[in-house]
Amino acid sequence: MSRDAGRLSLILLFAPFALWIGLLIILPQIGIGYISLREKVGINEYEFGFKNYADFAQAAVYRNTLFRTAWISILVTMLALVLGFPISYYIAKIARERSRAALFLMCLIPLWVSDLVRAYGWIVLLRETGVVSTALVSMGVINEPIEMLYNDVTVIIGLVYTVILFMIVPLVSTMQGMDDSLLEAGFNLGGSRLTVFRRIVVPYAMPGIVAGCIIVFMITAGSYLTPVLLGGKNSSWFTEQIYNQFITRYNWEAGATFGVLLLLFTSLVVWLGLRLTGQSLATTVAKDT
Amino acid sequence: MQGSNHLLWIYRVYVGLFFLYLVAPLLAAGAFAFNDSTFPSLPWRGFTLDWFISDTEPKLGLLNDEPLLRGMWNSFYIGMIVAALSVAAGTCNAFLFVRKDFPFKSAFYVLMVVPLVIPGVILGISILVLASMIANFADSQFGLFLTWLRPGVPLIVLGQFSFLTTITSLVIAARLQKFDISLEEAALNLGASRLRVLTTVALPFLFPALFSAFIVAFLVSFENFNTTLMLVGSDAPLTITMYDRMVKVGSTPVLNAVSVVLMVGSGLLALLSVVAQRSPKSD
Repeated sequence: MSRDAGRLSLILLFAPFALWIGLLIILPQIGIGYISLREKVGINEYEFGFKNYADFAQAAVYRNTLFRTAWISILVTMLALVLGFPISYYIAKIARERSRAALFLMCLIPLWVSDLVRAYGWIVLLRETGVVSTALVSMGVINEPIEMLYNDVTVIIGLVYTVILFMIVPLVSTMQGMDDSLLEAGFNLGGSRLTVFRRIVVPYAMPGIVAGCIIVFMITAGSYLTPVLLGGKNSSWFTEQIYNQFITRYNWEAGATFGVLLLLFTSLVVWLGLRLTGQSLATTVAKDT
Repeated sequence: MQGSNHLLWIYRVYVGLFFLYLVAPLLAAGAFAFNDSTFPSLPWRGFTLDWFISDTEPKLGLLNDEPLLRGMWNSFYIGMIVAALSVAAGTCNAFLFVRKDFPFKSAFYVLMVVPLVIPGVILGISILVLASMIANFADSQFGLFLTWLRPGVPLIVLGQFSFLTTITSLVIAARLQKFDISLEEAALNLGASRLRVLTTVALPFLFPALFSAFIVAFLVSFENFNTTLMLVGSDAPLTITMYDRMVKVGSTPVLNAVSVVLMVGSGLLALLSVVAQRSPKSD
């Protein structure tokens, strides 16, 4: 093959990539960065500066919403890891060959069901006239129907539900590669269950843990439907604030500022996670999708 | 090892409870589509298909619910367009990253993965902002009205395409990596043109990955909410229509009926994509 033909095909293949990343990812991010730095002082008159960010830092409502979103997202990530790890280990190592595939497939089915349907399912189960409340009343456990929606516990249950599969899938695919003889060696050398878990299983599963945590954290922090539908009016979720500023109030400057802040914050957490564990984006997130 | 048996038993119970947690909301969303009542809640008043086929209020069935059907149609054609575009772009990206060498390749690879870690809401608003800036500029400088850059179907397509292309690229690149390059060389040596080699050797090999990338892209597009919410105009796709109904009207069993259709539909498609990837030809 001649070198010119190679160059030509490289350019032809690179062009769609450059158009996609340039026009739909990089330029739009620069766009919201630009909008977030300007301030409307009159009709079609703008000043540039960090005033929008200063406004954000001074408004306790917005600041607290970001902290709350961050805090709940981290909590949900931890919960998903702690609850999902035993399940992944069971599927990857304990279940027999045939039931393994079935269990894994069962894990994947809710993954394909829209967020909206899942949140709606929780509403049907948990609201005041819902299945759980009615069933408890008819069994005589409680006297009157109770409202189980619109509180933080429900939001967290719903969020863990929405994201836990994204934790289990990378964990299972990492741990499936683990050789049983590693575990046997650990036990033969006198390790207790805890030691084997801490010194062999966890280090082996680390790429899966990091990948799962990053994906779960990103999805939680960026989620909209679950906190809004299950948390109701007091959900105060950050993406909801972005939507309100953009669509309801038509205050694009504030909305773009919030957007940049959310993006910076989530990128910071992802970067920290990768740094602390010595992984890279290409080896974790890209591997399992 | 008495204790070990106990532990294993507790472990199994935990796994069982977990799967109950997984299916409970889906069962609840599905079951009440068949309850003969105007509210999706207990008590059970008997089996009915009214929420699918009835044509009279107050139990207007899904098949006669104009806005929901329109939403479904919008989601369907948006999904087909987005899936086709992102599979085409994903194939180019796969060839670019698997076959070609160029400066800063690993940095570009990270850029390709980045759309997956940008929250969907932000992808939505950023594309909205850029499109509006361009449209405003065209309007003020040249007096052009670029309506396709205002919220609506074209922007939804662009917004979903922006992150689905990453997924399709990864799926297709994974398959292309397994391809034995000597097959192509053999075909070239036998006198086939480059285009001929591509269409008769490489693309047939890639077909299972192309097919399942298409299905995944279609499903994710069909179910996308966050990005779409920011870009939606007057032609709302199904998820937006459903959400509006939920917020404005509250829950009605017709939403359960939609849920059943979505679950069955996406289940079948997901199964199809799994089968396509595992077909005997593929390994």
